[in-house]
Order: sequence, then C-alpha cells, then structure tokens
Amino acid sequence: MFKIVKKENLNDAVIRMAIEAPFVANKAKAGQFIMFRVDEQGERVPLTVSDTDKELGTVSIIFQIVGKATRLLAEKEEGEYIADFVGPLGNPSELEGYKTACVIGGGVGTAIAYPSAKALYEQGAKVDVIAGFRSKDIVILEDEFRACSDNLYITTDDGTYGRKGFVTQQLTDLLESGKKYDVVVAIGPVIVMKLVSDITREYGIKTLVSLNPIMVDGTGMCGGCRVTVAGETKFACVDGPEFDGHDVDFDELMKRNAIYKDQEAHDDHECRLGLPKH
Amino acid sequence: MAKANMDPKKCPMPVQDPEVRNQNFSEVALGYTAEMAVNEAKRCLQCKHRPCVQGCPVNVQIPEFISLIAEEDFEGAYQKILETNSFPAVCGRVCPQETQCEGRCVRGIKHEPVGIGRLERFVADYHRENVSAKTEEIPSNGHKVACIGSGPASLSCAGDLAKQGYDVTVFEAFHIPGGVLVYGIPEFRLPKDIVQLEIDQLNDLGVEVMTNMVIGRVLSIDELLNDMGFEAVFIGSGAGLPNFMGIEGENLVGVYSANEYLTRANLMKAYRTDYSTPIRLGHKVAVIGGGNVAMDAARTAKRLGAEEVSIVYRRSREEMPARVEEVEHAEEEGIIFHNLCNPIAYEGNEKGEINKMICIRMELGEPDESGRRRPMPIEGSHFETEVDTVIVAVGTSPNPLIKATTRGLETNRWGCIVADENGQTSREGVFAGGDIVTGAATVINAMGAGKVAAASIDRYILSKAAEA
Repeated sequence: MFKIVKKENLNDAVIRMAIEAPFVANKAKAGQFIMFRVDEQGERVPLTVSDTDKELGTVSIIFQIVGKATRLLAEKEEGEYIADFVGPLGNPSELEGYKTACVIGGGVGTAIAYPSAKALYEQGAKVDVIAGFRSKDIVILEDEFRACSDNLYITTDDGTYGRKGFVTQQLTDLLESGKKYDVVVAIGPVIVMKLVSDITREYGIKTLVSLNPIMVDGTGMCGGCRVTVAGETKFACVDGPEFDGHDVDFDELMKRNAIYKDQEAHDDHECRLGLPKH
Repeated sequence: MAKANMDPKKCPMPVQDPEVRNQNFSEVALGYTAEMAVNEAKRCLQCKHRPCVQGCPVNVQIPEFISLIAEEDFEGAYQKILETNSFPAVCGRVCPQETQCEGRCVRGIKHEPVGIGRLERFVADYHRENVSAKTEEIPSNGHKVACIGSGPASLSCAGDLAKQGYDVTVFEAFHIPGGVLVYGIPEFRLPKDIVQLEIDQLNDLGVEVMTNMVIGRVLSIDELLNDMGFEAVFIGSGAGLPNFMGIEGENLVGVYSANEYLTRANLMKAYRTDYSTPIRLGHKVAVIGGGNVAMDAARTAKRLGAEEVSIVYRRSREEMPARVEEVEHAEEEGIIFHNLCNPIAYEGNEKGEINKMICIRMELGEPDESGRRRPMPIEGSHFETEVDTVIVAVGTSPNPLIKATTRGLETNRWGCIVADENGQTSREGVFAGGDIVTGAATVINAMGAGKVAAASIDRYILSKAAEA
C-alpha cells in the first residue's frame, strides 16, 4: 500500500499528489513514468513522474480526471492509501548538451513537460516555455514554469489569459521572428505533438515528444503500447516514452488510443461483457 | 501391492461439459475421486528401471508416490512428491506429461500410460482440502538471497533456499506474485487460489515477496549485491516480451499480443464485472500460433463471448507444441483449427480497426533444426477471411531490462542470459534459470532450473562463508 502524503487541486479537474514511495523517489528521473492502481479492482494506469523528493521519499504526480481510474484516485484524500505504485518505468529524457530549448505543454501535458523544462533550466540552457490551456481558470503551474524558464508564453483557446490561440501559433511566431532552438520538447494531447512536430520539421529542429499509449504493465510485457517510429514498431514503455517527433506515426497512435473509447463511455454500466457476476 | 489394474486406458478425467464450460471461467477438469485415483494408481507396474522419473525435470519419485496412492495413503503420497517438487497442484495441471513422465511410461508403449499428472493433481488437491497446513519454523542461517521475478523458476528457487534457512526476498514487477502462473495461464486451467496457496506456503517459510519492484529500474543487481546485503541473486525474470511477426497491419486496433490479451483477462480479471479492466470483445477472433498460449487465448476469447474463434497454425496438428489435452479441450469447446495456414497481412477500416486477415496455405517440407518439418508457403494459395480481433501467440523473448542494466552479464544472440548447468552466470554471485536462460519453455523446466540454482547458491554462499 502506498500513502498519499499530499494532495492539492491545481484546477477543477487537475490534481497534484505526492505519494510515499521511497524506492521510486530515489531513482526516478525526468521523463520516466509510474503506474498506479487505486484498489484491487482497478486498472493499471501510467502517469509521468512530475517531481521527486528523495529526503521525504515521495513522488509527485499530476493528473487530470479523464476516466474511472483517475476519478477514483482523485477521490482519495491525504493520509489514505492506494494499492499499487510502481516505477520508475521507461527511459529518462535525454536532454544533456542542449543550450537552447523550447518546452511546449498542452493542457495537463504541461505538468508532464515541467520536469523537462526544469532539468534543461538547471543544466544552464536558455529555456522558453509555451503552455497552452483551454481557458484562464484551468491554467496550472504558472509559478513553477516561471521559475525554470527565460520566457513563459501562456496561450488560452478563448483568450481569457495570455495570448488567444494555440501553442502552435505561438511557436510559429517565435520561429518566424528568428528564434533558434537546439531542441523542442512537446508534451500534451497527441494532436498537439503532431502539429508541433510538423512545424519544427520545416525548421529542422530536433523535437522530442513523450508518448502516452494504452499499456497494461509498463515493462515491455504486453506490447499494447506499440507505436510506429521511423517505420519500425517500438514499445513506448521500454523503448520510450520519449521519441523523435519527426519519426512518430501520430495518426496510428491516435487510432490505437481510441480502442476502449466505447467501453470507457459505459464505464459505470453494470455489465460491460454480458457476463454473469463471478 | 495389490494386483495391477490392466485396463488399457487411463481412468477418464471428469470434466465440465464443453458447451457449459466454454461460457464460464471455472476449472475445466474436475479431478479424480479417491476411488478413481486408487484404480488409476493400480495401473502402475512399479517398473524397476523407473523410466518415468527420468522424464521428470524435478525427479519426482513417481512409482513411490503412486504406490502410496494405491495403498490409500494420500497424504503420504503428497509428502513423497514434495520431497522434490514444491508445487504439485500446479504441475499436475500444467505439465506436458505426454512428453515427460507419461511419455516414458511402459504402459504407454501398447496402451495409454498411467495418468501420472492426474494422480499428482489428486494428491495435491486432497492435501489442500483435507490436511491443515502446518509449517515448521526454520531457523535463519543469516544469509540473504534475492530472487528476481516470482514465476515458477524464482518460486522454486526461493522455496528450496528458504527450507534451508536462507532469508529470501522475491522481487516481482507486477502487483501480485506468480508470474506466468497468474498473468498467463487462465483460471479455467489453473485456478488462481491454488497459485496463491503455493505462494502463501512460501510466505509461511519466511520468504518475503516485494511486489511493484521492477529490478533494473528501481534497483539494479549491483545495488542488491553491494548496498542491500544480498549475498547472491537469482534471476528468474522469464521471457516476457511478446514476439510479433512483423507483417503489415499488425499495429491495427484489435491486434493483440497473447500476453496482453491474457494479462487483461487473467491478471487484471477483465472477465469479471467487478473489475475495471477493458478488453475488446471480438465476434470473429483468430489466434495465431499452436502452443499452449494460443490455446489459452482462443479458449479465453470463446469464454468472453466471441462467436467464432479459430486457431491459425502454420504447421500441422502433429507438430503443435501445445499439450494434447489442451488441443482436445479447445476442439471440444468449439475452437476451429486452420492448420497449415499462416497470416501474411491484416487490413483495417478507416478507424484503424482490423477487419480482414490475408493468409497463405502452407505445406511441410524437410525437417528443420527443431526436428519438426519446416512449413513452406504454397505459392498462389492466398485467401482472405473476415476477423475483428487477432491474438498473436507466436512466442516470447527475454525482457532486456536486466541485461541492459547489469554490467558483465553475458547474454546470447537471442538476449537470453548465459548460465551453465548449475545456473551460474558470467557474474559472481549471480545465478539465473527458467525462460530468461532457455527462452520460452515450460513451467516445470523453469522449476527444475530454480531448484538447480538454489543448490548452487547454497554451495556458493557456504564456500564464501568458509573462506571468510
């Protein structure tokens, strides 16, 4: 059992939790993920590690309530326990050597982008951050990003905060104005990573994306997370989760991620399989 | 001993009716009654040269335990098996007896061999149901050993070491221990409470099981040896990486590895309504492969409600690596067999969901290095068939994680850890056994390797202690 030592709402649907998991805290690096399971009946769900505190032995995760598992996790309070918390999984981000970077996060993906921005900034790189949200009331981690970037550009779809529009427009403007980056790190909805990769391809800028396909175990065992990268099948959990965005088949990934959409929609339906209770 | 029972056939195993069982997940084979067991035991000729024992990877004293059954000393028979095999309830159910003990049985030369597996299962079940477990306290010898993975290899290694007083910690990546016994083999073939009971007995012996620990990520082998005080490490992490065929359309939605399909169904209990795990409910399901895993996946799909489930296998039935009983059970349950047939591509709809499989017919040529006749495609024999789910069960490979994170650990070109006949790897204090060494094989071979490694670890630690 793993204790929730801290819980805070970053906005109505996004929550940050610190989980007591000393072994994981001791090892986890930027770009790696964990898998949690709330209770015996729950699914195993991957989440990117947001931060660690080795002294306290805690691992921070930031998640949006998108389905049953994340809703059940969100219902847990400080001091309560979840059944399972395993990690760190996947390979750490390879950010060494970059001097100038643009880190782009979309929605809750900004939370996943945060460790990369922090790592780049701490190694002395010039870091621009573009963080995009639907609206002002769901902006998260503004202070955190300000503390680890040279320039922070916030965009909102409805223009209620920062620039009106999408992260892609902000990126295009920066590039057109002559900004040069060694690397662009894009994390968020698959469509955002795809569009960012399309833009940076034209400018020939190395682009890292962090993929979040459906997976069961996170250790290479199920193969559910396979993605096509440069024409080859890769397992996101062991070969990734970070890949060169210019090589990823995002269209295939979007289709694969939709496999259980219908079942998710009937999530709380009594019987999903037409089978009697066992 | 009483006069031998000369019935040419084994006493049949009572089973659930095929049309009933293909709609539930309860165990298919129901087990012998005491009377059946005694009768079957009397078919054993008690041969002096004991060929059956030579066929057993863990040297179960077969004629002896069968003789005790014939004398109706069922608990005595159980204890006899336990001398060399810690998991009779599992082995009696999943061992490929026809190529091991029963394959060597003298009665099998002209007629059916003695039902050794069924008898082993009977005494294990008898013990579980009638004898309250009593574990004797074993004093610790003060030496710590780590076992990585909690499948058959690690569990048998851990059990043997614990019985000698070692402080054993088992590290499991999943949230429950058991390895392939829980994520792979379905409930209807190996009930999970039986596996749990075996693990409980290890706990009673003092074995500590740490779940949610992915060795290679959260701790390295070097950290276990240098920082955590373990004097030896046994790697029994199995062959967990699913193989795909590399054909077109294999990443379409609805194409599963058997590992994923079975893990969702077994470990994550997608077949139960009280669990959240989703699984795709196919109408027309094709399972690629002819091993036990293929049979398990096909029969699971049938039980989840698929209307038509077929096995697509590139060789003929004679070459199928699955246990004969599993093939027969699958046939009885309505699984269709397309032998001498191989998929060459899959096609899908605009949503990326599979809807078509293109196959080619095969014929058997000369024997290959495995001794089985090599399947060759028949030119121009392509045909298409509609499917909405494909489960790929064409084998698994070792997980590269431990290799990648352990310096000086030699592996071969298939990624298997190189270990000698004693389980010794290229690193001092590091031993390995089971599928991580051999590639995907059987539960009992893994158990055998775990036992061998336990004996080597014991010798290694004692010799180190003597030096000190």
